[in-house]
Formats: sequence, C-alpha cells, structure tokens
Amino acid sequence: MNLKLKIWRQKSAKEKGRFEEYQVENISPDTSFLEMLDILNNNLIHEGKDPVVFDHDCREGICGMCSLFIDGRAHGPDDDITTCQLHMRKFKDGDTITIEPWRSAAFPIIKDLAVDRSAFDKILQAGGFISVNTGGVPDANAIPIPKKDADESMDASACIGCGACVATCKNGSAMLFVAARVSALAKLPQGRIEAARRAKAMVAKMDELGFGGCTNTGACEAECPKGISISHIARLNREFLAAKLKD
Amino acid sequence: MSVLDSKIPAGPLADKWNKHKADIKVVSPANKRKLDIIVIGTGLGGGAAAAALGELGYNVKVFCISDSPRRAHSIAAQGGINAAKNYQNDNDSVYRLFYDTIKGGDYRAREANVYRLAQVSNSIIDQCVAQGVPFARDYGGLLDNRSFGGAQVSRTFYARGQTGQQLLLGAYAALNRQIAKGTVKSYPRHEMLDLVLVDGKARGIITRNLVTGEIERFGAHAVIIASGGYGNVFFLSTNAMNSNGSAAWQCYKKGAMFANPCFTQIHPTCIPVHGTQQSKLTLMSESLRNDGRIWVPKHKEDVEKLRKKEIKASQIPEDQRDYYLERRYPAFGNLVPRDVASRAAKERCDAGFGVNDTGLAVFLDFSTAIARLGKEVIEQRYGNLFQMYEKITDVNPYEEPMMIYPAVHYTMGGIWVDYNLMTTIPGLYALGEANFSDHGANRLGASALMQGLADGYFVIPYTIGDYLSKDIQTPKIDTNTPEFEAAEKGVREKIAKILAIQGTRSVDDIHKELGHIMWSYVGMARNKDGLIKAMDLIRELRAKFWKEVRVPGTNEEFNQELEKAIRLADFLELGELMARDALNREESCGGHFREEYQTEEGEALRDDEHFAYVAVWENKGENEEPVLHKEELHFENIKVAQRNYKD
Amino acid sequence: MSNLFTSSIGKKLVMSLSGLFLILFLLVHLGANLAVFGGESAYNAMCEFMDTNIFIRIMVPVLALGFIIHILYAFIITLNNRKARGNMRYAVQDLSKSSTWESRNMLVLGIIVLGIIIIHLFDFWSQMQLQHFIGGTPTENPYELVIDKFSNPLMALIYIVWVWALWFHLRHGFWSAFHTVGLDNQIWISRWKCIAKIYALIVAVGFTIIPLYVLAQRFVCGSL
Repeated sequence: MNLKLKIWRQKSAKEKGRFEEYQVENISPDTSFLEMLDILNNNLIHEGKDPVVFDHDCREGICGMCSLFIDGRAHGPDDDITTCQLHMRKFKDGDTITIEPWRSAAFPIIKDLAVDRSAFDKILQAGGFISVNTGGVPDANAIPIPKKDADESMDASACIGCGACVATCKNGSAMLFVAARVSALAKLPQGRIEAARRAKAMVAKMDELGFGGCTNTGACEAECPKGISISHIARLNREFLAAKLKD
Repeated sequence: MSVLDSKIPAGPLADKWNKHKADIKVVSPANKRKLDIIVIGTGLGGGAAAAALGELGYNVKVFCISDSPRRAHSIAAQGGINAAKNYQNDNDSVYRLFYDTIKGGDYRAREANVYRLAQVSNSIIDQCVAQGVPFARDYGGLLDNRSFGGAQVSRTFYARGQTGQQLLLGAYAALNRQIAKGTVKSYPRHEMLDLVLVDGKARGIITRNLVTGEIERFGAHAVIIASGGYGNVFFLSTNAMNSNGSAAWQCYKKGAMFANPCFTQIHPTCIPVHGTQQSKLTLMSESLRNDGRIWVPKHKEDVEKLRKKEIKASQIPEDQRDYYLERRYPAFGNLVPRDVASRAAKERCDAGFGVNDTGLAVFLDFSTAIARLGKEVIEQRYGNLFQMYEKITDVNPYEEPMMIYPAVHYTMGGIWVDYNLMTTIPGLYALGEANFSDHGANRLGASALMQGLADGYFVIPYTIGDYLSKDIQTPKIDTNTPEFEAAEKGVREKIAKILAIQGTRSVDDIHKELGHIMWSYVGMARNKDGLIKAMDLIRELRAKFWKEVRVPGTNEEFNQELEKAIRLADFLELGELMARDALNREESCGGHFREEYQTEEGEALRDDEHFAYVAVWENKGENEEPVLHKEELHFENIKVAQRNYKD
Repeated sequence: MSNLFTSSIGKKLVMSLSGLFLILFLLVHLGANLAVFGGESAYNAMCEFMDTNIFIRIMVPVLALGFIIHILYAFIITLNNRKARGNMRYAVQDLSKSSTWESRNMLVLGIIVLGIIIIHLFDFWSQMQLQHFIGGTPTENPYELVIDKFSNPLMALIYIVWVWALWFHLRHGFWSAFHTVGLDNQIWISRWKCIAKIYALIVAVGFTIIPLYVLAQRFVCGSL
C-alpha cells in the first residue's frame, strides 16, 4: 500500500504546530499502524530529518500509552481497539491519513503527537484507591462478592487510562475515566466503605484540573478502546450527588 | 569461600522466613522518616515496594520511564497469579507450589527463596482483594481458579485475561495513596542512566528527564532496582517497546553481579511473525492451553496444502492431526511447562510441519472445547484474547484454529541477590524480573506476578529495614560530591558521544541485527560454535554501533531515538554476556537448550554434577572478560530428578 | 451540600432538574392547547381556567425561574466546556459515528427554541395570561387569537420549526436528565432513551397538529 500522511508536528508545548505531509510506500496490510509510523520514522532518520514523536509501549492494547487521533477518530477507524492494535488493512491504498494528537486543554502537547496526561494520575491520587495498608487484611474469601458485582467492577476496571474519552468528548470531559474508577471500587464491598469520600474527592480534582462537564453525548463510550459503558457515569452521578446531599 | 554470600537462614525450610524475620532488625517510625529510598520501576515489584515502603513511613522516590506508573509492562500479563490457597480442595499446599516451581525451573533455583515465595503467595491474594482487585468469582461469591502449565492443581487466580493489569492497578492505587500522602514522590518520564556508589554503597542515581533532557542527581540511603527483564535484547519479543535492561546493566557495570543471563523464557503461544516490518510479538495467554489443543498435520501433503491456502485447518480430519504435546506428554498434555511446549513446537516446525507460509507456526485449536462447552463458555473465558487475535490476524478463532509460535517472553536471569534481595553492592536491591532468584531456568505461568508482588509487598519491606537500621545516623545523601559529579559527567559524555556519531544507520536497524544474531544463536536452541560466533558478531556489531548509528536531534528535547540508542548500547553488551553464559553452561536445562546435551528423545539433559550452580558474572571493566563466580545450589528438601511430564 | 452547585456534576444536576420541570410543563401546556380541537368555547374555557386558577398563577413565576435557570446554566456549562476543550481543534473529527447530532447541539437547539418562545410569548401569552398579572385587559377571545395567528402560514411555519427543534432537544434532554441524576444503568439507559423518543414525538406531533389543523381549516375546508 502507498499512503499519504498528514501529521501534526509541534516542537514543544510553547511553539506553534502545523501539519506536514509525508509519503510511505510498500506498506503491507498486515502491518500495524504504529509499525507503519516506525517505517516512516526510519525513513526520516535516513533522510536526516527529525522523526515523529508519538507515545507507545506495550503494543498489545493494554498499557494505554498510545494515543493518536486518526482520520477524525480516537485510536482510528476501528472499534474497541487502541491505535497499536489498528492494522493497515483498515485503510485503502492511496488513502490520505490525518494524524493528530489528543486535543484537550487538560492534555497539553509535549511534542508532535505526544501529550501530557499526568492529570489522570492526579485525579486517581485524589481518591482512586482503597485505604488499606499492606498486610493485616482478612482472608481473600472472607467476604463473598456476588459474581455480577465482581464482573461489573471488572468491566469498569478495564480502563487503560489512555485518554481517548477526553480526546473525543466535545467538552474535554474526563467523566468516563473518573466514573470507571469510582464505579469499579463502588461495586465491591471493600470499596464501598469510602465510596462517598472517593467520589467527592475525584470529581473535585477533575473539575480543578480543567476538564469539562459531561453532556451525555456518549461519544466517549463509543470510542473507548475497552468499551466502558456510560452507565458508570450514572453511577458516579448517583454516588456523588448522594454524598454531597449528606454533607 | 565464594564472594557470594546468599545469607540463607539456617533451620528447617518451612521455618527459615519466620525465623529470619524474627532475627533481623527493624527501624523505628521516627527514624524511617529520615531515610530515603529510591525505587526504579513501577511494575508489580517496584510499584508494590514503593507503596509498601511509603506506608511504613520511609521517604520514597519512585521513577519510571512511562508517562504514568500505571503503564509498566506488568500490566500486560494476561493469565493469572498463583497462590497456594487450596480453595479448590485439590490438595494444593505451600510445599506443592514450592515443589512445582523448583521442578518447573529445572532445579536451578534457590530452595529457600522459592519456599518463601510459596509461603507469602496467599497473603498476596488477600492483599489484592482488599485493594479492590476484581478477581473472577463463582456464583457463590467466592474466588475462582484456573490451571496453568507445570501444575496439576488449579491455583491460578485471574481477572479475565487482564490479571496483570488489575494487579498493577491495585499496586498503582496503593502507590497513588502514598503519593497523595507525601511519603512517595513520583518521577514519571525519568530514566535512570547511572548508579552512584559512595564508599562502596549504593547512594543514588543519575537520571535523564525524558521530556526536557535534563540530567539530574538523586541521593538516597538505599536503591531498589525493579526495572524488569531484558528480553528486548532480541528486538522481537513480547516485552513492551520501551522495556529495557539498562538500569540493571548500569548496576552490573558498577559492580552488582549478574546471574544466569542466558536463562531466557521462550513463550510457546505467541502470534507468529508476519514480516520484516514487525516491531513486536503478541502473546496469547497460557491460559488458552486449558482448553486449546495444539497440533500440526500428521502428513506433509496437508502441510503443503495449508501453506498454499488450498485447504483450511478445520478441513483436516481428526485422525490426520498430530496433537504432539498430548502424544509426547500424556500426563500434562497441552499444559506442559513453557520451555517444553516451545521446544516441541520448534521440533515439529524444524521437521517441516509448520503450518503457515513461513513454516513457523502450529495450531492452537478450540474446536473440541467449543463442542464440549459451547461457544458462550469459551467466549466468557477468553473473549478478549480471541478478539485480540482476530484484530491482529483477521482470522476468527472461533471458526479456525489460532496459529501460534514461540517468542521471547521473560528473562529468568538478572541481577544476583541474596535472601534479602540485596545485590552484591550494599544498599542496592533488585526485585521482580530484574533479579534472578526464584524461577531457575524456566518460570512457570502465573508466577511472575506472584514473584513481583511477593518481593514488593512482603519481602523488601522487612529485609530493607535490617540494612537501613545501620544507617539511621547517616544524614540525607548529599549529591554535591565527587562521586555524583563523576557519574553525571560519565552520563553526559556517553550521550554526547552517541549524538556525535551521526552515522548512516538508525537505532532500529542495528537493534534488528542484534535481535537476529540473538535469535539465531542464543535463542531456543544453542550450540558451542554458534555461541562463539554470536559473541564475535555482537562485538563487531557493537563496534559498528559506535561508528554508524545516527541519532537525530539533541539531548535537550523529547528525543525518543536517543532513549533507544542509550538502551541499545547496553543491549549490545548484555547480549554478549548472555552468549558467554550460555557457552559456559554445558548442559540443557529449562529455557536453556544446548543441542549437544539432549536425551535420545530430544529432552533437555541436565548435568547436576557439574552445573547445579548459579552462574554469577562480575564485571571487570571495559575490554576485560567478566569473571564467573558460582553459587552452588543445594537441594535438601527436594529430590533432584529428571523432569518428567509424561506420566 | 457545600460547593454542590459549583461542581461539574452539580451544575448538570441543575440542568437536569430544571429540564425535568420544563418537560412536565410542556405536557401540561400541550394538554391545554389540545382544547383547541374542542372548539371555541372549550378553548376559551380552558384559557379562563388557566388564567384564574390559583395554583397555575403561583406556578407561573416558578416556571419563569425554571426557564431562566435552565438557560443561564446552559450558557455557563457551555462556556466552561469550551474552555476545557482547549483552543486547538481537530482538523478532522468525525463524531457522527459516536454520538447523536442533537446531543452535540443542545445549546444551538436551545437557542432556536428560546428565540421562538419569545415570539410565542409576544403573540399569545402577552395578550392572555400576562394581562391578568399586570391588571391589564386580556384578549376577549383567545380562540380567535390562536386561529388568527396560525392562519398566517409564515407564523405556522415558524411555530412548526420551533416544535421540531424542541423535538431534537427533548430526544436527548429527556433521557439525559435521568442519566445525570443517576437514575439509570446499562439496561435503563436504553429504556429511558426509548421513552425519551416516545415523549418527544408526542410533544412534537401534539404541538404540530394545532397549526396544521388551523391552516387546514382555513385553506382546505375554508370553514373559518
């Protein structure tokens, strides 16, 4: 396959960015999207040019490091995958592909296609945990948990923290991300104990860091590589409002 | 007397750990606040250690190369974590887990360490459940288990096909809690580039800020390395792209000895290589072997037709299939340990039965399980893995069998540590995959997660106290000393040297060449001539690297090529040590298979008389040959025997 | 309750509750309007009741407040969200696969609805109920007023545009209100969405048939 790439290049957070066009040739349809970018970068290095910076790591869809807004969609034109799992067979020979970084006020660009997602860490530091120290905990089977609850917790806990929800949301909202964590812990008896505190602290931090509010468009759910449901946002709303009303 | 003192406590095996805990010193809470600890890496070992030490009140600084601690490659572990809970009433016990691990490791691991691992395994599950890890449960609300290779009991706890992710999120949450409390300070996108010794003790590190290129000094009373394995020396592996051996390698160069570098695990169930442009290999969880059956056609005619795509696998009748694992190892069948399964696949492919166009693939077939249990059950168990397979290969594994082939997955070798997990440098510790201690020559499935968390949550918080109790009078480590200055200067010079080359080849070009050498000569099957050749080739390639590599840009920016080049420079040295170690070990054991040493049936032939030792390498400086030290292994509680998975 | 209404979810709660209140009002309004099919006397009797009933009279300022809050918060939330989105926009973005058009354009729809509400208030309410509040003289025959206004095809058209903008607005707003207060889950999301569509359709069709009825009477049957 031969493809034209329109890629966002930006030296640093402070400098202005622009699109640059590149050509890649003889790409096998079985190549992954990031491997295609590897090939481009290898060519650029041989031509004495600066390679394109993009975040990536595990290349199997679980670490959440890769991002990229490809042809208008977070993680590109396929459902339930991350960019590293996207393969070139999803494109046609001769296509022009536009590649942009996540764009959201809370995710400033570091360079080219890499953005700073440390805001996510900060939200989780505000309360995305269960306050237990190591050791001195009861036996793992001491508290039976209904399978349905454990499964639902697992559904929410599948979040990989990639930021596709924020990148897709027209409001730059992190509600799905926050809801996934709140919901994952709220569904377990161990996490219920501080559920109210957690919901309040995480929402407050999310607001403070400049994420937008949720207007229930559901775009986050559609673009989430792990298919996390916005029903978790409803649970977050419930948890948060109930907690606030008690204050 | 060897320079190696493993500090294994005396007394009966089952009492060693408790006795040791009772004997070692502790640090009072008031003094803990005054002590600094650096942790490199935020996977299960490092993340758990940093959290647990923070909880104890130490001042912890934790470093990772990713943008968040949550991205460490522990996250990619799929299948599960072992523990000797015996919840299934199938006669599991601490001893049985210990025994299976020693046997699975082909009798090349230390008894005392492995027994402790089995002992604390149960606490790990308790801890993770308390942290909110959503393990799979049965309808009664209790925890569910599955089976893994090398075990005849069901002791593996799992969270769908994302167990590593869930355990890491648990450790990361515990870490976040400490970061919020201020006991832990997190430094993401920071790479350790050197270890600093003061008076022979580990006292700090030099890092590069990966975004700005700033070179920084950090001092501490102790340094913990939990930077994972070095499988990426092969270029193609199941490791993450950024996984590297550099932190461990810097420790080696500063005097920490390196143990069993040649012990590499080749995982049997990975998606086969598709072409030269491939950047990494994808693992398909070992748990798939619970229900999947591995086969190739019995007849070459069918193989030819498959390769020409004239027939589909599902069209080959049952009696024309060779379920070679079930044939060769009736007792364990498809659930033999990884090294055995990998070699068996290679044997069939070498014999010309590989089922894809490259001849390097075998089938992993679920049709029997789907017929027995129904598609829904299989979907529930492995849905995400099947989906992942289909996304990558465009083949629906519910209809056609998966194609798999072995790939580099894990390195059992690593920095040598004693029973306290301290390296040969005082104050320097190594945890998880970065150390060598628990898996011998082959790691059993679902044991890496167990080891990382055991080391991080339940071993290091105790053992480090013993060392630090002698350091409570030591003030904060001053980084404005000649030692730090020299280390920083060394780092700056190395970077400047790499950037100055401006040759003609990209880092990946050279790395791929290294990978090719490693896979050809230091891969699944090794022999003397090949290993000697590999060492020569690696030396040549290393020289080429320092002449021909081209790294664009500067140090003072986000420069991913520079990061890769620094790591590759270390791989080019590490690779040679791996070959040297493999050459030295004139036997076959676990993941290390020397073609000269095999039984008539093609099984690994161990030589316990001459090689029942840990090969520990000491760096003697550039252009000097490393020196081999031996830590003899004593098996007092297990009868050493030829591994038998046949009956 | 501290800071509830400054938090992102709190602001949404305001939108949700005021929205639900307006949703209820629309049903009452529609119900009242349908009296037009009962003819002149029925319609005028309904108007008389609406203008004088004490409960309705109390609710009118509450309703106005509901409108104001709903509109005010819409602007506050939208401004905040635009800021969160950042200054840089995607060169290419395709949201059509991931969300509905109405969900992304609630403010625009809201503004259309608001604009026509103002015309509507001028045309009808100012000459009917408002006069009771300010002690003025309400129109004597509200029925005639309605017929008169909707006999103008342009007026009817504007009114119908309003109704269908409202239809869009309600399709998203209705289920969204329940979602925001947390009254749903995976199953109930689709149920509320279904109920929302039914409700929006009832309201839209209900309000549309009135001007159509008037126009049909005048130009087809020529009876009025």
